[in-house]
Amino acid sequence: MTQPVTPTGNNELLGTAVAMRKITRFERLLGPDNYRIMQGLFKTPASIAGSILILLFILVAIFAPVLAPPVTPNDPYKIPRDGFKSQPREPGSDWTKNVPDIPFWYKAVTGNEEWVHLFGTAQGQYDIYYGVIWGTRTAFRAGFIVVLSTLLIGVVVGSVSAYYGGLTDNILMRIVDVLLVLPGLMATLILAAVLTPIIGKSTLPVMISLIAFGWLGYSRIIRGDILSVKQRDFILAARVIGAKDSRILFRHIIPNAIVPTMVLASLDIGTVTLSFSALSFLGIGVEVGYADWGQVLAFARNWITSLNTYWYIIVYPGVTLVLFVLGWNLLGDALRDVLDPRMRGKV
Amino acid sequence: MLTYIIRRLLLVPVLLFGVTVLIFGMLQFLEPDERVALYIRGDPRSDAQVDSYIKKYCLDCPIYVQYTNWLVGTVDTVTGEREGGILYGNFGWSKTGSQPVAQLIARRFPNTLDLTIWAVGPVILVGIWLGVQAAVHHNGWIDQAARVFSIVGTSFPTFVFGLLVLMLFYAKLQWFPPGRLTDEFNVVVNSDAFHHYTTLLTFDAILNGRFDIFLDALRHMFLPILTLSYISWATFLRVTRGSMLETLRQEYVTTARAKGLPEKDVIYKHARPNAMLPVVTLAGFTVVGLMGGVIITETVFDYPGIGSAAAAASAQLDVITVLGFALFNGLILIVANLVVDILYAAVDPRVHLS
Repeated sequence: MTQPVTPTGNNELLGTAVAMRKITRFERLLGPDNYRIMQGLFKTPASIAGSILILLFILVAIFAPVLAPPVTPNDPYKIPRDGFKSQPREPGSDWTKNVPDIPFWYKAVTGNEEWVHLFGTAQGQYDIYYGVIWGTRTAFRAGFIVVLSTLLIGVVVGSVSAYYGGLTDNILMRIVDVLLVLPGLMATLILAAVLTPIIGKSTLPVMISLIAFGWLGYSRIIRGDILSVKQRDFILAARVIGAKDSRILFRHIIPNAIVPTMVLASLDIGTVTLSFSALSFLGIGVEVGYADWGQVLAFARNWITSLNTYWYIIVYPGVTLVLFVLGWNLLGDALRDVLDPRMRGKV
Repeated sequence: MLTYIIRRLLLVPVLLFGVTVLIFGMLQFLEPDERVALYIRGDPRSDAQVDSYIKKYCLDCPIYVQYTNWLVGTVDTVTGEREGGILYGNFGWSKTGSQPVAQLIARRFPNTLDLTIWAVGPVILVGIWLGVQAAVHHNGWIDQAARVFSIVGTSFPTFVFGLLVLMLFYAKLQWFPPGRLTDEFNVVVNSDAFHHYTTLLTFDAILNGRFDIFLDALRHMFLPILTLSYISWATFLRVTRGSMLETLRQEYVTTARAKGLPEKDVIYKHARPNAMLPVVTLAGFTVVGLMGGVIITETVFDYPGIGSAAAAASAQLDVITVLGFALFNGLILIVANLVVDILYAAVDPRVHLS
């Protein structure tokens, strides 16, 4: 029997080095990588500003019915109209016809008894304030649905392409090449124009078009990541013990390759919302009077000669859209710094 | 280098085939009676006539027959004229434009090209200059300002920015109007006395000796160019700055400094040429993108290029016209991207050698 050896050296230095970083409960819960990503969100002033902006928009979207009570609860995305006159009216003008319920906070905040057009009305007496508030929901909905679907398609195509390689890879990537020939907006525009007569005017044609041409970039990124993961030893090990192709792909490779793409994709919500608004600004997709920022901005197109009088048609929805996209971009920048290993420690 | 170019050239037929299949596929969403517009000139007069056209152009035949018909058209047995056939430049009849789609494109494209020519300088050169300055004065105030500008710039949607500058420079100050030309000059340009040498308005104006028209055309292009520059600067700034910072960290730059070269030479003669490689690609794609018509900018400023025409047609659900524009756009982009890629290979020693 050998006696257990008691270490005799002075380990003080090592001890302090290890104990230097306290691991919080939060970090243990998330795991080191995800924790680092979360930390990135609240590190710099820019990323904090981004997080706050997005949080604000989430709150506005959740409390939309409280902030701007709908006149027709069954169809809340229809902007209520105060008559049919074409001349826009300035912020603060009285609401005469079709007045919605006054929310409880209104009197306390404004000291006013009557509901007014807070941001004015656009051509055809559409209430701009209502459009801005409910447009937030449209933005999130379109953003989330499009990004999730594109991510899903992109991951499947990219991983199949990378895993099988050879002819499959070649064919799939040539299809991607072909679809990438047309610039994104042009491609979305034509597909939406083709689909609208079939589906009818709604948010669907534009969302489908954005999905149809949106997955291309992701498939290329995930393909690259998978090609590098595929070379690692644990994949070889899985193959040696006879795991099925689908199991190796979905249980071993994708979980190890997907996180960066997923995070980057979630930040594309800003870009997607932008394209969506741009198309409704051009008059493609949703019907006139649908609560969407681009749609509200489109009302300004007929009043270009007198925009200095009707500034409120573009300033309110425009600034909202800019802040929304800015929020996502600020967050995106912070996360890209966290995720890009080459930039780690340099910025 | 040669193998690279050959491989790149081999991709072209694949892309051409792919794009035609894509557009043709979208056409299949239309009913046969709507697709009649691909072959005839003018609107059909009666249902019976539509039915006869469907039979004549084989619009209910199997897909591959329709595809070849769409590509090369059909020859009328009586008159011997070729009808339809995108390879012969017949893109169909535009319902909303009341003219053949090809003619609509031919009218609109010179305007887009004109805008591209005048926009290239401000869009590309200024952006690159800003990026180099930001990198050279890393973390200085120029750099900080440039970073803020680049993130705010990418967040500003084109149409919001466009509407805001219209509000300021047109509605309020009346300096720069939207559109193409002032009405009085429009009359002059459309008269017989005005010769269209190049079909590009600004150049024709100079060749005709009408500098007043030239200046008026530039005045109308000012706001679109401003908007395009503003959006692209943000991107160019980012890419140039990043690439330049990377290059300045490399050892050969340190060597150049150690040799005692003046800092100016180090930056502009040693570092900048190498840092320009990714920027060259970006510049290429930007120019190509401008040529393909800038949909939103042209629409906001009511500029009669192919971008605004495509947007207007698709807002009115005139699918034949929109797909005609898309096809034209695709063809331009395939050729132009090829040129950009080959030029890039010629510039970049790494592609050059491998």
